[in-house]
Amino acid sequence: MARSFLSIERLTQQFPDGAGGTMTVFENATFGVEKGEFVCILGHSGCGKSTIMNILAGLAEPTSGVVKMDGEHVSGPSLDRGVVFQNYSLLPWLTALKNVTFAVAARFPKWTKQQVIEHSTAFLEKVGLTGDAIHRKPSQLSGGMRQRVSIARAFANEPKLLLLDEPFGALDALTRGTIQDELINVWSQTEQTVFMITHDIDEAILLADRILLMTNGPLARVAESVEITIPRPRNRTEIVEHPNYYAIRNHLVQFLGQRSKELSGMSSDDIDQRPQSVHIDKTADLDIQADAMHENPRLRAISE
Amino acid sequence: MLRSFDVRSALLSLAILASILAVWQITTHVPDTGPVSVVLSQDQMGRLLDKNMSSEDIEFYTSQGVAFLQLEQIASLNLSREIIDAAGGIRALGISVPDENSAPAPGSLFPSPAKIGIELWATVTDPFYVAGTNDMGYGIQIGYSLLRVVIGYTLAALVAIPLGFLIGMSPLAYKALDPFIQVLKPISPLAWMPIALFTIGDSELSSLFVIFVCSLWPMLTNTAFGVASVRSDWVNVARTHELSTWRTALTVILPAAAPTIVTGMRISIGIAWLVIVAAEMLVGGTGIGYVVWNEWNGLRLDRMIVAILFIGVMGMLLDTAFARLQRAVAYVE
Ligand SMILES: Nc1ncnc2c1ncn2[C@@H]1O[C@H](COP(=O)(O)OP(=O)(O)OP(=O)(O)O)[C@@H](O)[C@H]1O
Ligand SMILES: [Mg+2]
Repeated sequence: MARSFLSIERLTQQFPDGAGGTMTVFENATFGVEKGEFVCILGHSGCGKSTIMNILAGLAEPTSGVVKMDGEHVSGPSLDRGVVFQNYSLLPWLTALKNVTFAVAARFPKWTKQQVIEHSTAFLEKVGLTGDAIHRKPSQLSGGMRQRVSIARAFANEPKLLLLDEPFGALDALTRGTIQDELINVWSQTEQTVFMITHDIDEAILLADRILLMTNGPLARVAESVEITIPRPRNRTEIVEHPNYYAIRNHLVQFLGQRSKELSGMSSDDIDQRPQSVHIDKTADLDIQADAMHENPRLRAISE
Repeated sequence: MLRSFDVRSALLSLAILASILAVWQITTHVPDTGPVSVVLSQDQMGRLLDKNMSSEDIEFYTSQGVAFLQLEQIASLNLSREIIDAAGGIRALGISVPDENSAPAPGSLFPSPAKIGIELWATVTDPFYVAGTNDMGYGIQIGYSLLRVVIGYTLAALVAIPLGFLIGMSPLAYKALDPFIQVLKPISPLAWMPIALFTIGDSELSSLFVIFVCSLWPMLTNTAFGVASVRSDWVNVARTHELSTWRTALTVILPAAAPTIVTGMRISIGIAWLVIVAAEMLVGGTGIGYVVWNEWNGLRLDRMIVAILFIGVMGMLLDTAFARLQRAVAYVE
């Protein structure tokens, strides 16, 4: 197997359980992310998604195991890995624009002030923020606008890897939709690698190339890697008509509803815990079915 | 709406002030009939006579408004009135007795607002005269106090804010130094005074030291607390942008903790201003605190009250300045 752009090797995280012992969040987790890929990770609350992300960001140290990006060990945070935090984490004393220029100036220290401002404004524009809104403080912006600033800040830095922790968790469905479109838009223009945590199955199917499924903790596992076999560009209204949509969706729902519990709590027995690849493609079946339907329509009814 | 509220509150303030002044004026106004003679009790009279003071002298002095305390002092001099007059009067002998400007002796009547108003006008129109070491305009005296406060306070800020930063950024230092701070903080400024006078010796430096020590704690604890409680999200933002410790401190932690730090600075300046008055009363020489003490000793209650008013107004100006600064660094999360 070729080395991935981002490779997570035998990652283990333990925390004190509060009663003197230790609690293992996950053990020997091993998986990879390819360059330019958009990967979503789904799992129940408390299974360890944020823990994985904090390790990828370099904000936390794992108990054991390594993370390599481009073949190099990840240790400590870096400008190559941009983070969009769940609660936006904008600096409240700076305007929207200054929040972005703050980051851009850190990334490109040699740029002139003018260059920094132009670059920042361009990225704010990409997420639909223009005019006087960018000169307002976060407290004077709506939740959706804050999240856009946060995304613009991360993308403007052109990190090799973008990490998003439930970026749309606090937004209403309408705003969520708009910002999802903007996220995909910016991502497809820049071809960055994205690793995103979400709770929302439909959001994951719409955005991801691949979805990682985590079982419940403790001793959680990244159990499956489900390929999203729906071509891009995807559109939230048309995507549901794609033959693979419900097949994938049902698989995810079934995993989260049932198998995430059944598979949890198993010790790794010191073996690498690699996710099992799942490839669901009904389009091939459909072609066969279409042919079959032509000849013998009743067959389809039976097979359903 | 807001404007009319401001107007209404201002009118109410004026009304309250006017009624206080009116009551004060009515209860303290005395027609200007010269010094009010002092009435002595049988017992006091007897004690003075025992000390060989002639009854004519007693009568003369009491009609001049000299109180029993001073009469005792005069009696203990054991000099006849002729000799005292020849020596330049009792005032020349260092016994403070009322003159034509004095308020009546303590225990009798308080100066009326009108009298204070006249003094106030005189001070405000000529705040910077210098007529002698003990007789300078209140503007100059306030200037002395302000200078001491500014020096002591600035030194304290230069120590407390950087030190508070270090303590706040290191949980170990925070915990290790906390007991010292907790013990030293509640020590009264005046308790530091003897220590300062003993170790430093110089009274001027001692006042500065006391100001320094008292302004130190609120700034130190607030800075440390403000820095320690900066949201970890914001620190993480700095970390993911690979900011150096120095730049993190300046561009993230300082603005994040600024409201708490400035609150500490505001508390400190208030304390410093309280303390300087007390310190100057103890140490003497110059400054508005010394003025209060001096006027009290001269029984010039009217001038003393003017000095007290000056203290209040200056304190208010200092506080307002820091309130502005507080507003400038405030942010809404
Ligand atoms: N610093 C810590 N100390 C002790 N336990 C921790 C710590 N951080 C996380 N945990 C535990 O690790 C487990 C995983 O936490 P994590 O925050 O990664 O969950 P999550 O999958 O992100 O959940 P959610 O979807 O609710 O955000 C939880 O059981 C949590 O209690
Ligand atoms: Mg989480």
